[in-house]
Amino acid sequence: MNRADDVFEALVAAHEGLDDEASRLVNARLILLLAEEVGDTARVLDLIREAARVGRSPSGGRSGDSG
Amino acid sequence: MRSRTAPVFPFEAPPDLDGRERHYPVAVVGAGPVGLAAAIDLRLKGVGVLLVDDDGTVSVGSRLICIAKRSLEILTRLGIGERLAGTGVVWNRGKVFHRDDLVYEFDLLPEEGHRWPAFINIQQYYVEEFLVERAREVGLDLRWRTRFESVEPCGDGLRVSVGTPDGPYRFTCDWLLACDGAHSAVRRGLDLPFAGRVFRDRFLIADVRMRAEFPPERWFWFEPPFHDGQSALLHKQPDSVWRIDLQLGPDADPEEETRPERVVPRIRAMIGGDVPFDLEWVSLYTFRCRRLERFRHGRIFFLGDAAHQVSPFGARGGNGGIQDSDNLAWKLAEVLQGRAPAALLDSYEAERIPAADENILNSTRSTDFMTPKTPAARAFRDAALSLAHDHGFARGFVNSGRLSVPAVLRDSPLSTPDAEPFGGAMVPGAAAADAPFDGGWWLDRLTGDFALLHFGEGVHPRLATHRARGGSLAGRYDGRGGTTYLLRPDQHVAARWRGLDEAEVDAALGRARGMA
Repeated sequence: MNRADDVFEALVAAHEGLDDEASRLVNARLILLLAEEVGDTARVLDLIREAARVGRSPSGGRSGDSG
Repeated sequence: MRSRTAPVFPFEAPPDLDGRERHYPVAVVGAGPVGLAAAIDLRLKGVGVLLVDDDGTVSVGSRLICIAKRSLEILTRLGIGERLAGTGVVWNRGKVFHRDDLVYEFDLLPEEGHRWPAFINIQQYYVEEFLVERAREVGLDLRWRTRFESVEPCGDGLRVSVGTPDGPYRFTCDWLLACDGAHSAVRRGLDLPFAGRVFRDRFLIADVRMRAEFPPERWFWFEPPFHDGQSALLHKQPDSVWRIDLQLGPDADPEEETRPERVVPRIRAMIGGDVPFDLEWVSLYTFRCRRLERFRHGRIFFLGDAAHQVSPFGARGGNGGIQDSDNLAWKLAEVLQGRAPAALLDSYEAERIPAADENILNSTRSTDFMTPKTPAARAFRDAALSLAHDHGFARGFVNSGRLSVPAVLRDSPLSTPDAEPFGGAMVPGAAAADAPFDGGWWLDRLTGDFALLHFGEGVHPRLATHRARGGSLAGRYDGRGGTTYLLRPDQHVAARWRGLDEAEVDAALGRARGMA
């Protein structure tokens, strides 16, 4: 992704000053908008599985990396 | 505005009380909409049938309320369609609100050329009254205040024991249809468990009699401003009766919440102003989305709520049950009258279990959307609702009930797969779509036997061959020249071809009769 730092910064900034509930809602809206943008249902379902998998299965857990 | 008085159907002592055991080819337990429809259908097909019910009147309250287009078509074949549609409140449109905002509107039947609307609303007691009158007209043996006690195998059939005000009696039958609802005595007698989910949230239903100016539409609110629960539903019914469903949450006390002192302020907050109203019926319910593992146990069949239960959102309970009856009645007639082997009856489960699963899936999803179980689920729900106004795509996520549509019997063993490409929705297993036909309606021609629809000049020597050309019928059936459909007695498509070949039709007919 181009300008990954810009996107990351915008994601974090969108939650500034929000409590947990409001923050969850912003994320949920964003996810629905992105799902619509992807368009392909099978692809969206794959991405949902991937998001749930990382960090849960031993091969996908990268949370300890510090590179 | 008057309140209504329920009819009383008296017990009439049957000859069976003399102690001599009589035989009935089919016995039906439960004179609700499903049992009545099944028994009338069998009677119209010339099958000997006995219908027993432990009560002596019709249902109290609106209960089933929404009759879907497919049910109207089935009930038209049974003879009460016109009366239902003439009495019920026709609706095709609905509105979904979130708090104070109209999120979107929908129209379930934007297409012209259909006899019946997407839905009518009508109190269940009317449906039962009309069916009971029809049962009398066709000479159905309908016995009130006759309680099912037990059933046991007996030679090639069953022996059933019943209790009446004048004492018990027994009879034998070939087949028993359990249409006795969610608390089915037949099911309890067999000790059959349900598999599925029970939802904790309690819902208040009220039938309210008032003169109000709301249009005949389905109105659904998420987080309504007038009610502290999570959802509310408003439907118009005949006789100035409005049906209101309010979600109360899991901790509501059933006794407390059905007291008028509690109910009246809730209704007042909803309808506003000073419109006078009377409470006609109030009930508090929780619901289940579950089914029996099997719908057939030897010579006993389970139909409707006795076999499967869903949440009320989507009108899939009663409408699903009427489709069960439509599916089984013709098969029993074919077998009992020697036109098909008993193996045809296996297809009841093969066709209706997937249909029940579809209803359970849809109704479970609607319920999960309305009653989010986790903060994440709630966030996704609120996200969909808040986006829906400005972003059309998000309306697809908003689930206030996926309303009943006829089951397409996709993997039915009775269907012959297409050998040639077809367009449109009339795939093998689909319920035949209606259309204007020859000055009337197409489905009126399908009166309960196998039949052919043929876009051409051919004819089958032994099957009613309805010839059609052009018009919306051709559009709905992709009916270019030569196209032929084989339709089952329940108006579902069994097979279709681009020509009319007697041998092909006969093979498909055999398959549709369970001879494959």
